[in-house]
Amino acid sequence: MTVGPMLDEWYPVGIFGQLDEAGRKTMLMDEPIVVARDGNGDAKVTDSSGRILPVRVRYGHVWTSLGEPKKELFAIPEADQPGRRFVDVGVVRVRCSPLRAVENFLDIAHFPFVHTDILGAEPHTEVQAYKVEIREDVDEVWATQVQFYQPQAAKSASGGITTQYMYRVAGPTSTVLYKTCPPRPSEWDVITLFVQPLAEDLCDVWPWMALFDDDTPMTDLIHFQQTIFLQDRSILENQVPRLLPLDPGMEMPTRADLTSVAYRRWLKRHNYTYGAQLVAQ
Amino acid sequence: MMKLYDYILSPSCYKVRLMAALTGVKLDLRAVDFHPGLEHRGPELLALNPAGSIPILEDGDLLLTESSAMLVYLAAKAAPGWLAGSDAEEAARVQQWLSFSGRLTASLGGARLHEMLLRPGDIGVLQSQGIAALRELELGLVEQAERGKRFLAADRPTVADIACFPYVALAPDGGVSLDPYPAIRLWSRALRSLKGFIEMPGIHRLHELKPEPQLEAGGA
Repeated sequence: MTVGPMLDEWYPVGIFGQLDEAGRKTMLMDEPIVVARDGNGDAKVTDSSGRILPVRVRYGHVWTSLGEPKKELFAIPEADQPGRRFVDVGVVRVRCSPLRAVENFLDIAHFPFVHTDILGAEPHTEVQAYKVEIREDVDEVWATQVQFYQPQAAKSASGGITTQYMYRVAGPTSTVLYKTCPPRPSEWDVITLFVQPLAEDLCDVWPWMALFDDDTPMTDLIHFQQTIFLQDRSILENQVPRLLPLDPGMEMPTRADLTSVAYRRWLKRHNYTYGAQLVAQ
Repeated sequence: MMKLYDYILSPSCYKVRLMAALTGVKLDLRAVDFHPGLEHRGPELLALNPAGSIPILEDGDLLLTESSAMLVYLAAKAAPGWLAGSDAEEAARVQQWLSFSGRLTASLGGARLHEMLLRPGDIGVLQSQGIAALRELELGLVEQAERGKRFLAADRPTVADIACFPYVALAPDGGVSLDPYPAIRLWSRALRSLKGFIEMPGIHRLHELKPEPQLEAGGA
């Protein structure tokens, strides 16, 4: 398997605040790497031959690339907005394709069945029409005007509300969602899923959040998001086929799957195929 | 109110939450940042429990750090029917499975922490010890069924079932399949059907029983 153009993209490889000089041994797309803090306190990433890889420290995490990034790491302007709380949710390993982890994050229709009584509840199962586009200027997938009824949309929500969402795919394994911020209706809460591809069917997932919520203790914010993601994990580990199919085959997408369809199309257009299945089987 | 130092993803903490829910006891939950913060190894919690583990249960002057003791305490206070009766064999079986549950924690729990939260361990050894424990549990349930009993120690659920259930139900999180164990699956279903049952991430509630399908007369 050659990695192809995904080699030149940025990937999360650790929480910056948890680095030490001994370093964290991990993998990036089958390549062993070490993520450490050097004598100056800066993040340093090396591959198995000792080569120093490009590094960015952003959004609580260390980012690197095995290739030569043609673009700067994507921007999340909300990360610099005063008053937000930034939450490093912590790593969770999932035995699934990194692309499937992203695709699941983009899906709304599963909320009532997997995140019952939190992000959805029967009989409120309808996904209303929303808009999806590939924004050519920034080369990102965006879904907007998404809305869904949620019994407990956020830790800061006190009851059921109809939540507005925007979804954004900012890199092949990096996705950001913007959702109604219950305490501050004019702003969006930012919830991300940063996925570190270890192998084509194995990934470390690093959720991160930038929220307006002055009341909820940090631990409760972490646990809310861990609860949601761990409800997804067992589903992700049982998806068949293991790799994300990019060619039309046995699957029949519905209207609710428009974001997934656009994501797959975008992956295919860029030849981002690490973790993908190309010929329908 | 009893105070539980709790982590939403910990099967041992879930045992206590589940027992409390099944016996109608309200708990004051104090969330512990086990991951990624390692708060259970910090000075405040080590002062309560030098073993550095959670759950920890406080009720007045009583401080408990072993989940099996917490199950017994909750049952004794609120619903003694969950404890062993006066029958010697039943009492022994309850103790047997309460102790056995520690093996599930060490093996299946260790495999789960390794596979999910990247904690150190020899995954091959943890998984094979977990499989050995599951086989023993499966056999125990089959033998109970032959005695006409649906649960580990009696024909009613006891603290022993609650002590064993969470790590078993979450075995797939650690890469150990439950497919080979039909008796365990029936037992798990019986427990999940109990009035007052609550779920945790990775343990889903039973889907509402759907109405019987309308069979058309003369259909194929």
